[in-house]
Amino acid sequence: MTVKRRSFIKTSAAGAAALAAGPYFWPKGASAADTIKGGAIYDLSGDLQLFGKNQWACAEMAIDEINAAGGVLGKKLEVKTYDSQSQMQAYNQYARQMVLRDKVAVVQGGLTSSSREVIRPILHKLKTLYFYNTNYEGGVCDRNFFATGATPGGYVDLLSGEAMKRWGKSVYIMAADYNYGQITAKWIQKAVKDAGGKVVGEEFFPLTVNQFGPTISKIQAAKPDFVMNVFVGPAHASFYGQWASAGMNKEIPMVSTTFGAAGEVVRMPPEIADGIMTCYSYYEDLDIPFNKKWLAEFRKRNGTDYGYLTDVPPKDWYGWIFWAKAVNEAGTTEREKVIEVLEGGLTIDGPGGPLTMDAKTHHCTMDMYIGQAKGGKFEIQKKVAQVPPTNTGNQCDLIARPDTNIMYEPKI
Amino acid sequence: MDLAVVVVIQILYAVASLALISIGLAIIFGMMGVINFAHGEFLMMGGYAFILSYNAGVNFWIAMLVVAPLAVTVIGVAVERLIIRHLYGRVIETVLATWGLSLFLIGLAATVLGYHQKGVTPPFGTIRIGAYQEGGYTFFVILVTLALMAALYAGFKYTRWGLIARGTMQNARMASGIGVNVDRVYATTFGIGAGLSGLAGAILAPIAGVLPEIGVTYVVKAFITVIGGGAVALAGTGAAASLFGAVSQAVTFLSRPVVGEVALLVVAIVLLRLLPLGITGRYFRRGL
Repeated sequence: MTVKRRSFIKTSAAGAAALAAGPYFWPKGASAADTIKGGAIYDLSGDLQLFGKNQWACAEMAIDEINAAGGVLGKKLEVKTYDSQSQMQAYNQYARQMVLRDKVAVVQGGLTSSSREVIRPILHKLKTLYFYNTNYEGGVCDRNFFATGATPGGYVDLLSGEAMKRWGKSVYIMAADYNYGQITAKWIQKAVKDAGGKVVGEEFFPLTVNQFGPTISKIQAAKPDFVMNVFVGPAHASFYGQWASAGMNKEIPMVSTTFGAAGEVVRMPPEIADGIMTCYSYYEDLDIPFNKKWLAEFRKRNGTDYGYLTDVPPKDWYGWIFWAKAVNEAGTTEREKVIEVLEGGLTIDGPGGPLTMDAKTHHCTMDMYIGQAKGGKFEIQKKVAQVPPTNTGNQCDLIARPDTNIMYEPKI
Repeated sequence: MDLAVVVVIQILYAVASLALISIGLAIIFGMMGVINFAHGEFLMMGGYAFILSYNAGVNFWIAMLVVAPLAVTVIGVAVERLIIRHLYGRVIETVLATWGLSLFLIGLAATVLGYHQKGVTPPFGTIRIGAYQEGGYTFFVILVTLALMAALYAGFKYTRWGLIARGTMQNARMASGIGVNVDRVYATTFGIGAGLSGLAGAILAPIAGVLPEIGVTYVVKAFITVIGGGAVALAGTGAAASLFGAVSQAVTFLSRPVVGEVALLVVAIVLLRLLPLGITGRYFRRGL
């Protein structure tokens, strides 16, 4: 999609002319010298565009800000954007293309864990920095990889702890039946047991399940103090309407690790959505001066048709700002030097509060907030400052063992 | 005891919702033989037609039971006239065309309508059954599906139009020979199938939500049901929905949702191995 036939012919023609001009002449990076290149890959069309478009809107805003402030190393940051069409093979192809053809200094993007695991090994092998800016199940330990998203090691404890304090100690877990859901459910089990609570039921749902009648009956029989869900995708979103239809949203509190990430709070009527409790590192309603300015700018650029921003999209803003700052401090785009700066405890301020890169894990320490859905948005009820990334259970130490390249699962 | 009642209601609901999402396809694919991969998107458009008109101030029931099916009927007739009618009898081309149509409609909904249209809350309150409580809307879905099946049966069996439609589907040339406007019958029947899908999408919208991709979650189950039912569209779909819905829901109750999904597929495979022409290949052959 980025190679246009016309420009291809033009470039080829220019190349041929250059070759004809003399055997020793080659227009080597003639125009590339005054820009620094980055690569972005987001799900801009297809099933995941709901997320990808907002991610890119935030990334684009960061890139414009970087350039308005003088660019990277005094040069303009030029980012090539690729649309994965929500397809894994496109991630594979474009990741290679970005490194080998576009010669980018950094790649940022991706949403699902599967897309990350397609491009992470490629970028690791081709020695090109990769920033992954989504909240995910955690555990990646790879020197070439930097994550700005929240991971369950941090927010699951906070969320289940807050819910147990408010409502009681017995919990029913409902989770998506794949990697992210299963690992997060393990974290919930651990957090609940560590806090002296009890898991009275646990159920996993394939991503295609959209009928929850039997489970709702089982929950009614189990009578938990609250339900905690790890739902993913449009089919699972059907749950909330059925839960409300059975009148359960007025009887048993609902806690979610994903609710609101896809604009649910705008799409679902308050009668269905109100009261659902979440824990994210960003909400539009955060009362922070930085956020007020940031959000006004975001709205100016994107209008109102983007739903309600929570955790994920602003992290792509952080990701680009992080990298640009690291490069400017390192004075070069050279990978090793940039990693050294990032591992030096680099901190940046942003709409959700300051983010600090943790040297050992390449994940971030960040402020987390408890927000409860109310009247089409979230009511921020609590702030927990500077939550460290504990998602590998302290197994990952990239300072002591820089050659590590694995994904840890929680030992529970 | 109360648990038994709840299980029975849930099973009835599973059967009804399966029949509901399949009924439009039963007419378009079962009767007309058109493999419509855009079936899920007809449901999706019904859902959008419902919530958009409701949010624009139309009465809840008129938006759901009148506006949604009418809107999708109109779209269905347009699709038939523009695309499908050129492809009758050409299976591969139909598959490709309707698959393309499906992608187009998803893209169109995502771009034009977006992801943030406000949904609606299911009406009726709840009904208490011993230690359990069930949404009143569950009963509404069961009853409305029953009524729909009965109305369709009557329409095809007892009206002149039903007779002509059945005759045309059985032998179009003969029908044409005795003066039936075959083109119009095809367009009308396709429109009715589309309209029923739109109605189903609207009925499920309050409890399933409306998103551009929501159709994908319905289309596979609808095809399995209609194929499992076999050539006799109405009776077949009803029988297959009863079998698949009951088995998957009972298994979900006894074990886990993933096993319930697997059970549905296993039953479908065994069924088609034993009865390659579907349930109505052997039973209810004289049905509708």
